[in-house]
Amino acid sequence: MAEETKKFMYINRKAPYGTIYAWEALEVVLIGAAFEQDVSVTFMDDGVYQLMKGQDTSGIGMKNFSPTYAALGDFEITKIYVEKESLEERGLTLDDLQHLVWEDEDEDWAEKDSIRLVSRSELGDVLADQDVLFNF
Amino acid sequence: MKLTIQVNEGPYQHQSADSAYFFARAALEKGHEIYRIFFYHDGVNNGTRLTTPPQDDRNVVERWSELAQEHDIDMVLCVAAAQRRGIVDDGEAERNGKDATNIAPGFRISGLGQLIEGGVQSDRLVVFGD
Repeated sequence: MAEETKKFMYINRKAPYGTIYAWEALEVVLIGAAFEQDVSVTFMDDGVYQLMKGQDTSGIGMKNFSPTYAALGDFEITKIYVEKESLEERGLTLDDLQHLVWEDEDEDWAEKDSIRLVSRSELGDVLADQDVLFNF
Repeated sequence: MKLTIQVNEGPYQHQSADSAYFFARAALEKGHEIYRIFFYHDGVNNGTRLTTPPQDDRNVVERWSELAQEHDIDMVLCVAAAQRRGIVDDGEAERNGKDATNIAPGFRISGLGQLIEGGVQSDRLVVFGD
């Protein structure tokens, strides 16, 4: 497909369990990765809970799909925005989240952080710069 | 303008399905083109012909089918979401050994790639949902 590259942003706003939005949003992100667009992912509002470390779903009969987020780097998804205010409002810090990384082919596969902590107003600028917003 | 519309909620439970329908009608009346309508999450329930609302209520599913027929619109139900929720066409029934189908006229079942492609090909992707 010789189409122009577009900036795709997937916005995750919901808690990982309780509704299926987070899980099915992750499926869209993974499928979308095959389309060679300029992909970013945002976690905001209760969506920040999706990236929490040490999730244990054994009590609710649901598959724990949180390890999949660590694979996003392998799908060349390297820009993961987390909204600072959403963390603060929930008493969380970056240390509560998984450490997501990607390997930079141009720098001898150096491991780099994928998560970019941004303020609400900075995130607004990032979103305004996108071509396509997928809202989950 | 070329539009792809994504519908994330089921009919009757949520206004999104109605809003998306009225938006699609209004966009067509204004001369815009609808490249695709993609149904995801519980939105796939917009595509079951077994829906039987009370006589004095709107029929959300038939409304979609009529829209698709009148304007030759590509309406796609996500296959993974449809499988989870029991929306079945002939191909899915055969593949998964199901004893019935329920897909409504004008809808087809296909992959999430159709949503992404809609985003690539359209000027705007408009999402209806919570």
